[in-house]
Formats: sequence, structure tokens, C-alpha cells
Amino acid sequence: MKYEVVMGLETHAELDTESKLFCGCSTKFGSEPNTQTCPVCLGLPGVLPVMNKKAFEHSLKAALSLSCEISEFTNFDRKSYYYPDLPKNYQTSQNYFNIGNNGYVDIVVKGKEKRIDIHNVHLEEEAGKLVHPETSGANYSLVDFNRAGVPLLEIVTQPDMRSVEEVESYMQTLRNILLYIGVSDCKMQEGSLRFEASISLREEGSNVLGNRVEIKNLNSMKAVLKVIAYEISRQSSLLDKGEDVLMETRLWDDVDSVSRRMRSKEEAHDYRYFPEPDLVPVWIDQEWIDETRTTIPELPVSKRQRFVNEYTISDYDAGILTDDKLLADYFEECVGLSQDSPKELSNWIINDVLRELNERKTNVQDFIVSPKMLVDLVKIKPAIGSSIAKDVFVEMINTGKTAPSIVKEKSLTQMGDVSELNDIVAKVIDENPKAAEDYGKGKKSALTFLIGQTMKVTKGKANPKILTEIFKEKLSAGSK
Amino acid sequence: MLSHELSANQIKEKIIKREITAQEVIEELFEWINLKEPLIKAYLCLDRDGAFLKAKEVDKKLDNGDKVGLLAGVPVALKDNICTVDIKTTCASKILEDFIPPYDAFVVKRIKEEDAIIIGKTNLDEFAMGSSNENSAFHVTRNPWNTDCIPGGSGGGSAAAVTADTVFMALGSDTGGSVRQPSAFCGNVGCKPTYGRVSRYGLVAFASSLDQIGSVTKDVYDAALLLQVVSGHDGFDSTSATVGVPDYISDINNVDGNLKIGVPKEFFGEGLNSEVGSAVMNALEIYKKNGAELIDLSLPHCGYAVATYYIIATAEASSNLARYDGVRYGHRSQLSEDNIIDMYSRVRAEGFGSEVKRRILLGNYVLSSGFYEDYYLKASKVRNLIRNDFEDAFKKVDCIISPTCPTPAFRIGEKITDPLQMYLSDIYTIPANLVGIPGISVPCGFTNTGLPIGMQILGKHFDERKILKVAKLFENGTDFHLKKPELN
Amino acid sequence: MDISVKEIEHIADLSRITLTVDEKNTFAKQLTNILGYIEKLNELDTDEVQPMAYATFLKNVFREDKLKSSFSRQEILELSPSSANGFFKVPKVIE
Ligand SMILES: [Mg+2]
Ligand SMILES: [Zn+2]
Repeated sequence: MKYEVVMGLETHAELDTESKLFCGCSTKFGSEPNTQTCPVCLGLPGVLPVMNKKAFEHSLKAALSLSCEISEFTNFDRKSYYYPDLPKNYQTSQNYFNIGNNGYVDIVVKGKEKRIDIHNVHLEEEAGKLVHPETSGANYSLVDFNRAGVPLLEIVTQPDMRSVEEVESYMQTLRNILLYIGVSDCKMQEGSLRFEASISLREEGSNVLGNRVEIKNLNSMKAVLKVIAYEISRQSSLLDKGEDVLMETRLWDDVDSVSRRMRSKEEAHDYRYFPEPDLVPVWIDQEWIDETRTTIPELPVSKRQRFVNEYTISDYDAGILTDDKLLADYFEECVGLSQDSPKELSNWIINDVLRELNERKTNVQDFIVSPKMLVDLVKIKPAIGSSIAKDVFVEMINTGKTAPSIVKEKSLTQMGDVSELNDIVAKVIDENPKAAEDYGKGKKSALTFLIGQTMKVTKGKANPKILTEIFKEKLSAGSK
Repeated sequence: MLSHELSANQIKEKIIKREITAQEVIEELFEWINLKEPLIKAYLCLDRDGAFLKAKEVDKKLDNGDKVGLLAGVPVALKDNICTVDIKTTCASKILEDFIPPYDAFVVKRIKEEDAIIIGKTNLDEFAMGSSNENSAFHVTRNPWNTDCIPGGSGGGSAAAVTADTVFMALGSDTGGSVRQPSAFCGNVGCKPTYGRVSRYGLVAFASSLDQIGSVTKDVYDAALLLQVVSGHDGFDSTSATVGVPDYISDINNVDGNLKIGVPKEFFGEGLNSEVGSAVMNALEIYKKNGAELIDLSLPHCGYAVATYYIIATAEASSNLARYDGVRYGHRSQLSEDNIIDMYSRVRAEGFGSEVKRRILLGNYVLSSGFYEDYYLKASKVRNLIRNDFEDAFKKVDCIISPTCPTPAFRIGEKITDPLQMYLSDIYTIPANLVGIPGISVPCGFTNTGLPIGMQILGKHFDERKILKVAKLFENGTDFHLKKPELN
Repeated sequence: MDISVKEIEHIADLSRITLTVDEKNTFAKQLTNILGYIEKLNELDTDEVQPMAYATFLKNVFREDKLKSSFSRQEILELSPSSANGFFKVPKVIE
């Protein structure tokens, strides 16, 4: 049987703030357990929450960037469930009046555009972290509340995705948007960006939705893609056998690459939502919305389009450049310094800069070669030739020196004087009669050999292009 | 007159004038406490050492001629659901039996800054849930006027202590009448300010949209004094009002203009004890003689207040009390723990008393799947209707006067087996909490058997100044507040 | 509406409170009684009435995103009935 897969995604993104959502504790990642806590984020008796303005503004910015309708009236609700990482045993979240509703994200899959609808965007608080000791026989778990109360943005799609590729593109596009607007660092290795997927299968052509399986604990895009593949095969084999897919919540086990039924009983999700009486409502007026809009930078989709139009680079290259806002900024800064060579600058960035960044595991922000330095290199290139330019680039990274100073220091400027080269070429032909003869017989590699010999003599300073022309002229003249 | 019989303001004046030192006041007070506390059992915890330390500090300031605060040297008690650094805060619950908060409540900071001396924490119904003090996990406080009677609840400990002169003033919390009702039963002045007037930060939550810190004092002047100290904006409470705090004290004896007093018929109907009713009617006559105009009113939805209250209060309580799970603080079961759900359920079964359990169950019931709209949402709407009643009424009157409670203090054990009857004893105090308006209870008479009767004065939002003046007007012409019980 | 013992058991589960048999029976009776009283709200037509969730008219209350020092871990962990290696300790949680 052929099945159509129907998928929706819930994304949790930790918002980038100095302090937690309701208290002044730090949100810094990786500190010693329970060193970033206070009575408020530990839910001690008598404490009250006060909303972090930055977290709310970030959420509003995100909702606008995801083309949501913004609620004029929004408030917070308590979501009740017992779990040891949840200090108050309720999570302050939003349920009845979310900040943003009915938004969308446009994605491109195999060159085709598709719109993924966003059901809602809301703000809530992060839970703490449970640690399960590895020691065998340990009959306890440990709780660290450093993350408890970190502001968390939840973005819920409609079940609009139909393939692994769409899900992948959605995740990347979403991540990119969040990075672009600067509301989250989206560091998956630190848990800043996490996913929950809902997956159901239905017979192709059917309108009836199959039973939906929700999968939690997806801490990377890779895990999402793996679980989808896993669930599609698990569910379709069940359906093939005529068995039912259970409506349930499953947990992804990244170690064994399987999804498992959740064992903790959750009372069929009776969250008992009601308005959080310790916070007051937030009214968002048009002025606030307009003001926030001015802080939203050009988003990746439109930037990519603009790069193609403005700089006449390929859509593919524009895609790579705009995939990372910092890289796109780097490129534009370069172009701003040297308007006449966007294509060449783009090539340098995509090929050389990106390669070095990957190798050095750094980002373009911390890259030693500034846009000005790269532009200077490109400007001096005609005088030193491509191959030396590549060496100079590496030298720049290693020493932090500029291209002109490296070129000057090492006297790398190419010998462009034709009469001087004429003499040297003549000498090389004299010394390598066999090669000259071979070339005459049509053996092209002989020319490469001869140029190589010349380079040796000139210590690489000869301009290969000019050299080739002189050789061709001399050898063809000789054969006549 | 013995020093402990004076009002807070009187003792403060004496201390400031160096007629008595703060340390002497504490000395004498603790002697009296040692004598009378075994009879009344108003306290859960006394901090003698801390009190002397602070008294010494106040005396030193005065000796040096340094500026002292508004409550210089005044011994103050706190209901044991107000967090105090270094002093246990138990909420009269086993689940917090050994809990010592690492921080002070906003009001505690304020009274400390004004040089008050905290002498101890008073008894209450567990987590402030109750109207009689019988729900304390530790012991029942007695009414000083008749030790077979309850002192009222939930703040019965504070009220009994003030009446027994084992403290000069106290802070409590009022969610459905927990400051006003025990004040009425014990013959004190109990003031619940407007919701948001006093920060709730550090008050252990019962029902967040109803809770408000209030005062229990010997007279109206002291109420104004204490309110002056604890009122004002607090950045740690999102619901804390930004409205400026007026001077409650200096002009308290002048009621300006023609006073219009609303008399709502719904507060004088069925169920009202006749002695209580006539005491309040007599009080209204005194106002009339003083030139006030009495205006008959109807607050048609007030008959639904108790039902509304028990949905909203229990819903909020069920979630506020979810945090007591034995993980981060509080009681933990001694039984073996193999599973987290069992641990929670055991901790909470052992730690909570039956009234608290009952309310948690009710609250979770009304919020649970399928019932939210029928109960919580319905109640929220009726709450709005009740608010509208009061808004309409306050277009016509300056304040509303009623009995504080339908009966005087009842006997220990009388209502404890019938929760609904117990709930109905708060019928006149609950509306103010639902609406968020201020209310004050002042003594206005005694029953034949010598139990105090309280009269409630309700005002507009943030109009504490007015109700204090109206209360003071009555107090100036009467001596009910000066009567003392015989404590044998 | 009558609250059955079974319903009490379900709410007790939600509330994370173990109840004795006696408690279940008593609470079932008492809650039936209280909810019966609460039924009187249905006398009122509230279709056109807005709910009142807040006792204050305040709105848009925020704090600035400023760091404050956290509490000392030792002070915090001392409150706990069970801790180990800087963590709070609970019975093993199986998902
Ligand atoms: Mg969520
Ligand atoms: Zn904190």
C-alpha cells in the first residue's frame, strides 16, 4: 500500500536574554548545577513572577517574522503537570490567547516553493534538567534547575508537511529566521533549539487523517529526520499488516535510533489550563507592532532574491551566502568596499572563506580575515596570479597580515615584463628541446612542463597567462 | 496601665520619648506572653532573641539621637504564611513544618525598615484555608473572650494575640475574610486593603487573585499606621499597584463632605444572627446622628459570591499548592521511594490536612478536562457581575456598611464536620476579595454572652483613606475597641 | 451532580494525593454537597458576560532584562530533604 505522510512540528527555541523569564538569574549555559537559581525560579513558597521585557519583545518579533496575526490582548496560563524538573509543577505558558496566530513560513523544496502554516507562536518558561546517573543500580535521578525559567518560544505548525525534505527545509528556514532576527542562538548542542514531531500516515488519496503519533525529545534536526524515517516505516508496516497505529506519545532514543512508548503516565494530558493570576495581561497596540517591525532585518528569503538581482550571482550561490546572516553581512560588506567584483568576492567566500571556517571550526564573525582584507586580496590578485593569491590567503589567516604587506614582504609581484620573459622562455626552450619538439607534435602536456620549468627559474613570479602566450607564440613560430 | 495594654502608637510614643525602652517593652511583653499564651495558644513560634536584638538596636538609635522609623520599637506579630528569613514559616502545615525561608516578604522588609520588632509567627488554618483556626496542623487557637470558642480564621492567631495583648499589632492575609472575620470575632480592627495595595511578595499563596495582606490592630489609628508602612509599589509583584499612597494618618479624624453610606439589603437577610444585626443597625444610627446619609442598596449578585469564591479560590489553590512535592523543600515521606509519582502522592497525603486536601481536590475537579467552562469560566463571569454590582453601588455611596460575619464566634468543633456551613460563615467578607476592594472590620458591640461583634466598612478601589476615616468616626464615639477580655 | 468515589480517585490522581478509603468516601460526599451548592450559579445567564480573571486593571507589567545574583547553591540545597553532588535528588524517573 502507498501512504501519504502528514507531519507537523512543534519547535522550542530558548530566547536569547541575559536573565530568566521571571527572575534575574543568569541564562548562561554550562554552569555548575543549581548555581543559577533563586527562590523565584525554584518555586519557593511566596514568590511571584515578573515578566522579562526582552523575552516578550523577542517573542513579538518572532511572531511578526513568522507572519503571524498579533493578538491585541494576550495573557499567560498555567499548564499543570507533575514532573521533577518543573519547580511549581505547573508551567507558565500561553494557551487561550497566544502572542501570535495563523502565521506561515515559505520553504523551497527541490526548487518548488511551499507554504507551511504556523498555528501559533507563544512564550513560556523552560524546565530544569534531569540527570540519570550512569552507575548501575542507581535508583535515583538528579535535578538541576539552572535552565528552569529560561524564556522559551514555542512555534507550532499546522500538519502541513508531507515529506522528509519539507520537514528539513522547514527546520532550516525557521532556524535561519530566528538567527536572522537575533532572538535565539539556536545552538542545538546546548538544547537551545528542540523539536517535537507529530506523524500520521494515510492511504494515498484519502482525506481521513490516520492516528497521530507524537514524538518528544528531538534535540537535533538529524534526530527529527531519523525519527520520521523510523516512524514512516514502523507505521506503514503496522498498516500493511492491517494493524492500528496507536495514538500515543513516543520518545526518540538517539542512542539506539528507535522511538519508544512513553512509560510515565500523563493522565491523558489533562493540563488544567487557567489564566495565570500572578501576571497581568499584555495589550499589544499597533504602535508597538510597528516599532517592532522596524527592528526586523531583511529575512533570508528576500535577501537571497535581492542578491541574485543586485549582484548577478547564481541563486545557488545566493542561497549559500544568505544561509547564514553573518556570512551574508560579510559578503555585503565586501561588496560595499569593491562594487566591481561581486561575483569574484562571492566565489572567494563560498570556496575559500567557508572552507577555512569549517576547518577552523569558527564563524565568520571571529574570522581573522576582515572584509577589507579580503577585498584588498582580490584587488591585488591580477598582479600575483590566482595560485599565489591562494597562498597569500592562507598566509593572511596564519599571520593576520594584509595581502599587500605579504606581497611586498615576499616580493611576490609577478614578472609582467614581456621582454624579460621572452629571454627566459627562449632559454628554457633551448634547454628542453625534447619538450618543445613534443609540443610541436601536439602533445599539450609538454607546454605545462615548459611553463613549470619557467616558474622554477622565476621562483613562481612569472604571470602564467602571459607566459603561456609567449610560449605558444615562440613554439608555433619555431615549428613553422 | 500596663505597657502591653497600650495601642501600638501609644507604646511607640512612649519609646520615642524614652519613657520606656524598647527592651523594657519586650521584657514586659514576654512576661505577659509566658503568662497568657498557654491559655490562648496564638503563636506557632516566638523569636525572643531576635526581638531583643532588634529592641537593642532601636534603643541604641534613640540613645544616639538617630532617626527612627514609623514603628520604632513596636512589637509586631506575623501570620505564619508570611515569609521571614531565619524564622520558620510553616503555614500551619506539616508539609512546611521545618521550612525556613531564605528571603523576607516585602512587608517584612518594610516593617523592619521602620524599626518594628518581630516577636513571632501566629497560628492560622493550614495555608489560610479555613474560618476557625481548627485546620491548623499544630493546635487550635482559643478566642480570648471565650476559650471554648474559635478565634476565627484563617488569621485567628494574629487576632487572638492582639486581643490578649500578647502583641501590639499583626499582619495577616485576607483571601475571603481571613483578617476581617477573626478581627470581628476577637474584637479588633481588621483591615484588608485594595488588591494590589500591599505587595504579596513573600506571602505564601493560597488564591493569587484574591489574597491580600492586611492588618490586625487594637484601634483604627494603628491600622492606618501599619497600612502606611506596608503599602506601595513593589517591583517583585506584577499585580502591585502603581497608584500613589496617600497619607492615611494625619487627617484621619476628618470625614470630608456629606458621608453617604450604602446599606445593602443582601447583607441583612436570612441567616444573620439577630444580636449581630441589631448591633450593626445601632452603629448605623450613630453614623446618622453624625450627619451621614444612609442609602438602601441592592447588590443582587452577592448571593452567588460564596459559590463563585469556592470555584476560583480552590482552582488557584490547587495549582499554587502543586509545588509542595518534597523535591526542593518541605516534608518528604519516610516511606521507601521507588517511584516519583508515589513519592509525590505520599508526601502530599502525609503533609496536607483534610481541608487543604478537600480544596485541592475541588480545585482540580473544577479545572479538569470538560469542566473548565461550566465551573471556572462560569465563576469568572459571575465574578464580573459582582464587580459590576459594586461599581454601580459606589456611584451612589462613599462606602458600604454591613456586618462582618453573620454570627459571632462559634464554638470549637461546631462546624468542622460540615465544610459547606463553614464556608458560608464568610458570606459577607468574600465579595470584597472577589471585587478587589478594601474593607475594614471594627468592633461595634457585644452579644449577651460577651462575644464581640464586628461591623464591616467597604470602600472603593484604593479608597482606604475614606474607610479608615469612616471607621475612626465610629470609634471616636464608642468604646467597644477599648474593652478587654478577662484572661483567666 | 453526585461525585463518585471513582471520580474522587481520578482527581486524587491528578492532585497527586494518596487517599484512604475513608477519605475517599468522605470527600465524595462533601464534594457532592459543595458542588450541589455551587450549582446555583446556573441560575444566572452569563452568555453575554466577560470573564474576570484578574482583580487588577494593571496591564503590561515588565521588568528589564537585568542580571541579579543568584542564591548560593548551598543555601538552596539545604532546604531540600535530599540532595547529592550539587543536585536535588529524587527517586529514579523513568520516561
Ligand atoms: Mg509548550
Ligand atoms: Zn531565579
